[in-house]
Amino acid sequence: MSQIDQSKIRNFCIVAHIDHGKSTLADRIIEQTGLLTSREMQAQVLDNMDLERERGITIKAQAVRTVYRAKDGEEYIFNLIDTPGHVDFNYEVSRSLAACDGAILVVDAAQGIEAQTLANVYLALDHDLDVFPVINKIDLPSAEPQRVIEEIEDVIGIEAQDAPLISAKNGIGIDEVLEQIVHKIPAPKGSPENPLQALIFDSVYDSYKGVIIFCRIMEGTVKKGTKILMMATGATEEVVEVGYFGAGQFIPCEELSAGMVGYITASIKNLKDTAVGDTVTDADRPCSEPLPGYKKVLSMVYCGVYPADGAKYPDLRDALEKLQLNDASLNYEPETSLALGFGFRCGFLGLLHLEIIQERLEREYNLDLVTTAPGVVYKVYKTNGECMELTNPSNLPDPSEIEYMEEPIVSAEIMVTSEFIGSIMELCQERRGRYLGMEYIEGTRALLKYELPLNEIIYDFFDALKSRSRGYASFDYDIKGYERSKLVKLDILINREEVDALSFIVHADSAYERGRKMCEKLKDEIPRHLFEIPIQAAVGGKIIARETVKAMRKDVLAKCYGGDISRKKKLLEKQKEGKKRMRQIGNVEIPQKAFMSVLKLDDRN
Amino acid sequence: MTETDLMLYLHIPFCRKKCNYCDFLSGPFSPEVRRGYLDALKTELRARCGAVRGKRVSSIFFGGGTPSLLEEEEISGLMEELRSAADILPDAEITIECNPGTANLEKLKVYREIGINRLSIGVQSADDEELTLLGRIHTWEDFLKVYRQAEAAGFTNINLDLMSALPGQTLTSWMNTLEKVLALTPQPVHLSVYSLILEEGTRFMEWEQQGKFCGRWALPSEELDREMAHETLVRLKAAGYHRYEISNFSKEGYECRHNCGYWKRREYLGLGLGAASLLGAERFDNERDIKRYMADPLEGRQSQKLTRREEMEETMFLGLRMVEGVSRKEFQDRFHVTLESTYGAVIEKNHRDGLLLSDEAGVRLTERGMDLSNYVMAQFLF
Repeated sequence: MSQIDQSKIRNFCIVAHIDHGKSTLADRIIEQTGLLTSREMQAQVLDNMDLERERGITIKAQAVRTVYRAKDGEEYIFNLIDTPGHVDFNYEVSRSLAACDGAILVVDAAQGIEAQTLANVYLALDHDLDVFPVINKIDLPSAEPQRVIEEIEDVIGIEAQDAPLISAKNGIGIDEVLEQIVHKIPAPKGSPENPLQALIFDSVYDSYKGVIIFCRIMEGTVKKGTKILMMATGATEEVVEVGYFGAGQFIPCEELSAGMVGYITASIKNLKDTAVGDTVTDADRPCSEPLPGYKKVLSMVYCGVYPADGAKYPDLRDALEKLQLNDASLNYEPETSLALGFGFRCGFLGLLHLEIIQERLEREYNLDLVTTAPGVVYKVYKTNGECMELTNPSNLPDPSEIEYMEEPIVSAEIMVTSEFIGSIMELCQERRGRYLGMEYIEGTRALLKYELPLNEIIYDFFDALKSRSRGYASFDYDIKGYERSKLVKLDILINREEVDALSFIVHADSAYERGRKMCEKLKDEIPRHLFEIPIQAAVGGKIIARETVKAMRKDVLAKCYGGDISRKKKLLEKQKEGKKRMRQIGNVEIPQKAFMSVLKLDDRN
Repeated sequence: MTETDLMLYLHIPFCRKKCNYCDFLSGPFSPEVRRGYLDALKTELRARCGAVRGKRVSSIFFGGGTPSLLEEEEISGLMEELRSAADILPDAEITIECNPGTANLEKLKVYREIGINRLSIGVQSADDEELTLLGRIHTWEDFLKVYRQAEAAGFTNINLDLMSALPGQTLTSWMNTLEKVLALTPQPVHLSVYSLILEEGTRFMEWEQQGKFCGRWALPSEELDREMAHETLVRLKAAGYHRYEISNFSKEGYECRHNCGYWKRREYLGLGLGAASLLGAERFDNERDIKRYMADPLEGRQSQKLTRREEMEETMFLGLRMVEGVSRKEFQDRFHVTLESTYGAVIEKNHRDGLLLSDEAGVRLTERGMDLSNYVMAQFLF
């Protein structure tokens, strides 16, 4: 199959709000295009990491190629590019969209449009994709397809009257989706004769093949032996293999030409050389300019990651190295904490990314971790004119050296049913939100627009949002930029010793409140000792809150019954085990989960 | 007591009604089950005592459950069986646990006749409201009656079990119980005073989880609990009792030999449902399911051979329960290493923290160390 008719290719993705059925529809498309038999199907073919399956979200973009024999008798090649479904991965989403010519919008027939639906659709429209809607879950008793169709037309402004009414779960209406892919999504353009211009939308590391670049060929042709140049990073290598994506496997082919989606391997050792969004061209015959939209991915959220057992530091370093091979957006550097010993300051795209990495470290590498409270990157403008980017609160210069500080701000869109507008606005207010406006989507739902400091939403905002709207609010955000803000470092002193791992940056106005809650929380987390332990919160050396862990008065077992010594010993062993999971700070033992306690300070959860 | 001595424990798992705080292996059973159980117990007794022939029995303890629930002929039948199966020393301490709601003069007289010389009466409180809360089947008045009967039957060696830190208890109400006990004539020669611990699976735990222990029925704080314990110590000392173990007080010479045996790791053979034994360096735990136990009382016994280190650990955490503590010489004679070389650092640390006293004779807990005994003992585990 050396020559593929460009007009028979359809490159598309599926966009949806979480849980609206994107992965299930992807499975049905793959299944019904006959690439796989039902027996070969795992429940969700595209999500192949355990973690993704458990969380029901897709972490890494992936692609699959299938062949569809349409009602017109022709065979079409479908390249379905899966996009991550979370705001943390917005940039990856945008690059995946750029690799497509069209998108299927999946909307839940019962829930209708959600904030994330809107964000994803606008992102797709921004990339000039042709979007057609499908209404999923029509077999639910609460389904209201006609209402949802009208909502799509009113709110998004795209034609929805002939949207397929489907149930991806039960395989209803999939034929119609396949036909619409052929008719509503345009064939790719571009000439195989032009200089090579290919967009990297993902890359993975394989220990045999090195880096595998996932790309969409916009112009030109690439094959074995082509000397390729990554235009942003400047890396060059000779192509070893090209191919396309079977379901869960790489299938080599002769060449990839304009309009095709596939992979390239070229003995590249470092994932950093193949940044998502970069343009691959022919080093000997380069294109005149790179594709638009490339940007360097920046870490938005930082936290300290330490091994619970100090001796496991080398294991943690190895694990991070390996994870980074497959996740270029993770970065880390060694740091030491007086409280926690040797560890790493790690940067993540967002809190979900952080949680995923943390879970993978614990699960796949069997590490027991202590993580410190996540923080954002602050800009510290010093009196000497320097500007430093602060990722670790412990490195904050002396207040006398600080001219002013800036913090990152996001634009947030929150979709909520009208009964909860009040409580959600209250929440945004508490989190220092700046109200921008509100639009009614239909009678009972509204889209609230706010600007919020990123550091107010990285902890528990999402949980708070859900709990204050009984799960109905949905939320999406975009980084807007930096703004000057009155920030202070809140220090925690345990038994009069400052515990660096518990310090965090907070807005001056909420310092007292946060300090008080933090002390209360720690008081519950720290077990009684032989002596009384004061827990204090301080700003710039001034104590603003205090709690006391009273001295242990009693730790004694009752009756030693009938000589049942084994039972008594088990109790003592349990006690001893508990101690092992503590961190010694000065002469105080602190349970590891205390370091995470700052994460859950919202009273109303 | 010598190396070849043996202690016997017999478990009588029957109660008229389960107490609200109790998580022991016990409960109400039908008379048929009771008869079947006693037959099984005798079968086990014959077989196991046969296996330890040559050892002389220095103490016997009928524990429960409620051993005083047994009819006169049932308890004397058991005793007869014991006398024919085991070599019981003439001065052996023979104790029976006794619930004031189930004992009477006839029973107490029989106990004396068959050689039982020590009574352990579970009175728990002198306050009828507290007794109801605990789920006890008797009043303070019931107890007084039994106490007089015990004296009439000729018992002089009597222990009373008391519980402090009960829901709703104040220092005053607790001291009131204590004063009523001390006003008895004659004064009991032995007192076991435990502060309440909520155990899994009890109604008390259930109530606590349902938040029922609040307001007037609030559980005493750790601070109040210890205040009660310390006042108890002072008051009992003044009344002529000495503390010889964390929770046990006695008049001079009336320490419970059986319980001291547990703490000194003497050999003991436990008979009956779920009973534990220590024989040589091996611990045993009997079957805990009553149906299975009755089907074959010799089946289902778990055993664990203790390593040398485990024996050391036990020596420490059991020995430290006693006020006299652990003797350096005995430790060295037993393990052929010094206490210092094994536990030097732990002893030093706890000495510094004021929890342990250490001198040439040995190590023992301070009063504070007794309050925090678990904290100290856990550190003696390897």
